[in-house]
Amino acid sequence: MLAVKKIINDPSAVVAESLRGLGLAHADLLEVVDEPAVVVRVDAPVAGKVAVISGGGSGHEPMHGGLVGPGMLDAACPGAVFTSPTPDQVQLAVQRTDGGAGALLIVKNYTGDVLNFETAAELAAAEGTRVESIVIDDDVAVKDSLFTAGRRGVGGTVPLEKIVGAAADRGEDLDGCLAIARRVVANVRSMGLALGAPTVPHVGTPSFELADDEMEVGIGIHGEPGRARMPVENAEGVVARLLTPILEDLPFTEGDRVLLFTNSMGATPLLELYLAHGIAERLLAERGIVVERRLVGPFVTSLEMQGMSLTLLKLDDELRDLWDAPVRTAALRWGC
Amino acid sequence: MGCTAEDLAAALRSAAVVVREHRDELVELDRAIGDGDHGENLRRGFDAIVTALDAATPPTPGAVLKLAATTLISKVGGAAGPLYGTALLRASTAVGDAAEIGPAEAVAALEAALGGVVARGKAEPGDKTMVDALTPAVAAATAVDGSLAEVLAAAARAADAGAESTVPLVARKGRASYLGERSAGHLDPGARSTALLLASLAATAAGR
Ligand SMILES: Nc1ncnc2c1ncn2[C@@H]1O[C@H](COP(=O)(O)OP(=O)(O)OP(=O)(O)O)[C@@H](O)[C@H]1O
Ligand SMILES: [Mg+2]
Repeated sequence: MLAVKKIINDPSAVVAESLRGLGLAHADLLEVVDEPAVVVRVDAPVAGKVAVISGGGSGHEPMHGGLVGPGMLDAACPGAVFTSPTPDQVQLAVQRTDGGAGALLIVKNYTGDVLNFETAAELAAAEGTRVESIVIDDDVAVKDSLFTAGRRGVGGTVPLEKIVGAAADRGEDLDGCLAIARRVVANVRSMGLALGAPTVPHVGTPSFELADDEMEVGIGIHGEPGRARMPVENAEGVVARLLTPILEDLPFTEGDRVLLFTNSMGATPLLELYLAHGIAERLLAERGIVVERRLVGPFVTSLEMQGMSLTLLKLDDELRDLWDAPVRTAALRWGC
Repeated sequence: MGCTAEDLAAALRSAAVVVREHRDELVELDRAIGDGDHGENLRRGFDAIVTALDAATPPTPGAVLKLAATTLISKVGGAAGPLYGTALLRASTAVGDAAEIGPAEAVAALEAALGGVVARGKAEPGDKTMVDALTPAVAAATAVDGSLAEVLAAAARAADAGAESTVPLVARKGRASYLGERSAGHLDPGARSTALLLASLAATAAGR
């Protein structure tokens, strides 16, 4: 098969070269450290504030580097494409951002991420920094059973990082931030779907093959195949297919107030994304679920995967206020 | 005759060549039931081990294992980095500061390596992971009363059969578990790489 076209040089240098560009584009917000690679807030450490740190494989941009800045992440640890970062990256992130109040690590539930962050937390604790971790596992496509590695962390990561970042900003201590993080994880659910596969630069060919008339439902964000393959449906069908399992899972019921996050996996244009978002709002209204806040756009991408995901977070006044609090990052910016 | 620090360093360099040769195969296996990074993860890790060994060969086999372990932990990421890294770290502790690795030290190192993988990853035999290659390898090595080369040859043969036995299994750990039933019919990439690494070590030992 012919290699997929990409605007890259050496496939093994893609992450490093992209980070260089990120650093230049947003020098007012963040600094890019290399070897080991870490994206840090320019004004880190912020004295007395809990450091909020995340990370994961690259290829999901703007997550996580584009979410570094006041009101959100203090540091992000970018791994190789679709591969979790290493403990030394996380350790450096903790050292660079610890303002004396400890660090909260936001970890998406994948074996590699969990193992590497776990090792890093042990190392940081040995150095005397208080570190806590929160594992996000919002993907309803995966059965949470003894027979799997558990649910994956996907779209819910963005509201989690925003809300925990705001909590740290308002002066919550480490236990307070952890409690709020747990509340978000308990109340957020997501599901995604792909119409076309992404191509990992160092692989060169698509991660999976879909026929012209097929879609993959319950897809993860790493090009790992999904739950089921089926004939392509129109937007009404697609949105219902994503929304129904989310609603049934928590469950979300009449009278609930929610944040609705309509996410592009990379290649699906905003024209289609807004169309889908409109349908999701209508379906929620029909069930008496109140959409109080929304986010639409490519935030948790899977390289150039064509497709989308929906994320619902059940809100209360405090979570809503933390969502509304000022944030200034490359990808999310309001109130300041 | 035992395996010195120099011998072990040479064996790891040969293993790095094997990893390079099989990089694409491991990527393909992982693409089928995971995310296609296993071959590249190991290539990055073993190339880094070679670079670290180029800088200086540690004085004892145990120290060589420890250098390889910390290199994998800091350079690989993914599930394989901490799992193989912990395996080698435990193997290093098992070998201690012995000047040479003989058959008894090799068996102890293999047992410790398996213990490390299980402690980190909590997988059981039959979960379709590298544990399915390493468990029979340890059992076979323990059963041999012979030279270092014979111990490693037995381990490698058993690991290969163990890896093949993952084909019909449904994955219960790692990324492949998300696929459920759809993971059956594929060779587990981590079990395959374990078999390849042990075969490489056995070949080096036989050639000396
Ligand atoms: N819990 C576990 N215990 C033992 N081995 C495991 C476990 N989880 C995964 N593995 C092994 O790791 C291999 C996959 O390694 P790989 O380098 O591809 O990491 P990965 O899972 O893709 O990491 P990441 O999720 O960060 O991308 C699997 O084939 C399996 O043999
Ligand atoms: Mg993998």
